Amino acid sequence: MENFWAGVLWATEIWLYLIVCLIMIPAMFGFSLGISETYMNILVKTLEWATLNIQKAHAEGESAKASASNGLIQREHGSMEKELGELRRSRPKPPVGGDFTLSDCFYFTRRGIESIVDDEVTQRFTSEELMSWNLLTRTHNDFQYISLKLTLVYGFGIFVRYCILAPLRITLACIGLTWLVIGTSAVGFLPNCRVKFWLSEWVHVMCYRICARGLSATIRYHNKENRPKKGGICVANHTSPIDIVILCNDGCYAMVGQVHGGLMGIVQRAMVRSCPHVWFERSEMKDRHLVTKRLTDHVNDKTKLPILIFPEGTCINNTSVMMFKKGSFEIGATIYPVAIKYDPKFGDAFWNSSKYSMVSYLLRMMTSWALVCNVWYLPAMHQEEGEDAVHFANRVKSVIAHQGGLVDLQWDGGLKRVKVKDTFKEQQQKKYSSMVVGDDSSSNSD
Amino acid sequence: MGSSRSSLSRVPDGQQLLQETGFSAAHLLRLHQRFQFLDKDSRGSLRSEDLEAALSENPIGVRIVGAFFQPGQETVDFPSFVRVLAHFRPTEKNRTRDGVQPDPADSRNRKLKFAFQLYDRDRDGKISRTELLQVLREMLGLQVTEEQLQSIAERAIQEADLDRDDAICFDEFRKSLEKVNIDHKMSVRFLE
Repeated sequence: MENFWAGVLWATEIWLYLIVCLIMIPAMFGFSLGISETYMNILVKTLEWATLNIQKAHAEGESAKASASNGLIQREHGSMEKELGELRRSRPKPPVGGDFTLSDCFYFTRRGIESIVDDEVTQRFTSEELMSWNLLTRTHNDFQYISLKLTLVYGFGIFVRYCILAPLRITLACIGLTWLVIGTSAVGFLPNCRVKFWLSEWVHVMCYRICARGLSATIRYHNKENRPKKGGICVANHTSPIDIVILCNDGCYAMVGQVHGGLMGIVQRAMVRSCPHVWFERSEMKDRHLVTKRLTDHVNDKTKLPILIFPEGTCINNTSVMMFKKGSFEIGATIYPVAIKYDPKFGDAFWNSSKYSMVSYLLRMMTSWALVCNVWYLPAMHQEEGEDAVHFANRVKSVIAHQGGLVDLQWDGGLKRVKVKDTFKEQQQKKYSSMVVGDDSSSNSD
Repeated sequence: MGSSRSSLSRVPDGQQLLQETGFSAAHLLRLHQRFQFLDKDSRGSLRSEDLEAALSENPIGVRIVGAFFQPGQETVDFPSFVRVLAHFRPTEKNRTRDGVQPDPADSRNRKLKFAFQLYDRDRDGKISRTELLQVLREMLGLQVTEEQLQSIAERAIQEADLDRDDAICFDEFRKSLEKVNIDHKMSVRFLE
């Protein structure tokens, strides 16, 4: 029995020793031993082989064409005026009693059925459909048995992901977080001087690098010359909490967020010791002026790091960009837009917070193949003379959407959680009533 | 038929719906996924709240949802769900699996019946003045006064009610919509 435990201890020692040498030390100093590159190469080749196999098998049978737009129906985009107008053409407008026909309900019914079958908004809150299977159980929709070889590779893949990669990544994540807390607290003891700033940046970047290795993240940064500078606000599209790790691998940012309790709270308090972040109490978040003031103060201090903000306010599935909240665009600072696009082949990075909790999401991330993403730094933008915040926000949003190849949507990301307000229904009723009773409608408000 | 047929086995009554409704296997699968998405508690059937959530911006949303449920029933299962949606397939595509093309008049009739039932909620075969007022109130909301509502309903009944019984029966309903291209107005285009 003792021998068994001694053996386990010995194995764990070797394990940790390997991790420290092969992963942590390169992460600390920013160079790479090439292990991840080799892994990625093998992975890409395997997935390509799997895809070819599946395509060959499907080409023989009937191929279920997956529509690239995720849509099931083609919506009629005619306006209410146009459609209802067509229904009225067959008879003259009656002098009294309003212009109503029994067929008017057809329009609303059809729109209703279209919404039941498919709606544009919730589509964006489910994970992107893949054209072909990437050997992960979770994307296994209708694919059935193709060949023995494929099934064996799939089974081997499960073993590799759950028994080798996942423990490795969890260990790394724990080490990374612990080191973040210890390191930043230690740096916090130093007096404010240049060494402190430099050390704090180094500790932050190092910990984020370890965390990134913990997710087998391969990140490609483009246009590094446009990297956010001090005194500005960095704005990016939001897919998951991992976005923070991705961006902080290549620079230091000041975070903005709510104060949490528990583990997150410990991390937050530690981080704030070494360099200023902006953490709000829950009660303070409601006071918009206070929020704006604190952000403005931070931004005006040119020694402080650029603020990182995700204006969508919620996680979107990385096929589109939703409405940006105007708060950060009212401050008048320089905005540095950043576009983040994940490659879905290797793992779906989207956090569907209604389906998965944070912990189960992280576990899913750690049992994916890898995380591959591209980050584009876009040239700085300023609010123009006489431009209002909403217009400015939309301008920044379309630049980000264009660069990342994402669809630019006007919808509010908050629709994910909140039921659509009655005002949409009221708008429909107003429009319809103006067609039926014309300008005699009783409502005075516009 | 390849992959679609075998996974159709996961869809309740899949083969029968294929024959009955004329939806393709791929459509049935997508509709089943959509059904499962709307079925938040994974009960295998939908309640009215599940459907109403998708229709909150539609003035007659609650009424449309009501059309999915048989009288007295509180849940709708997948086959019933699909059968209701089948009313909205365009007529030209309404070829059933054994190649027999149904009478276009018949499918027009079915769409009209569906629309009639939207108005006639108590299913007594007539749209009474009260029922008409209810629909109008839903579609117009608070934008019109009670008087305007009454006068609109009055005119609509006068125009359509041929036998002067102060209600619109199905034949009168059909007659008043003779000139309307029902198929175009009451169809949803499903992508191939």
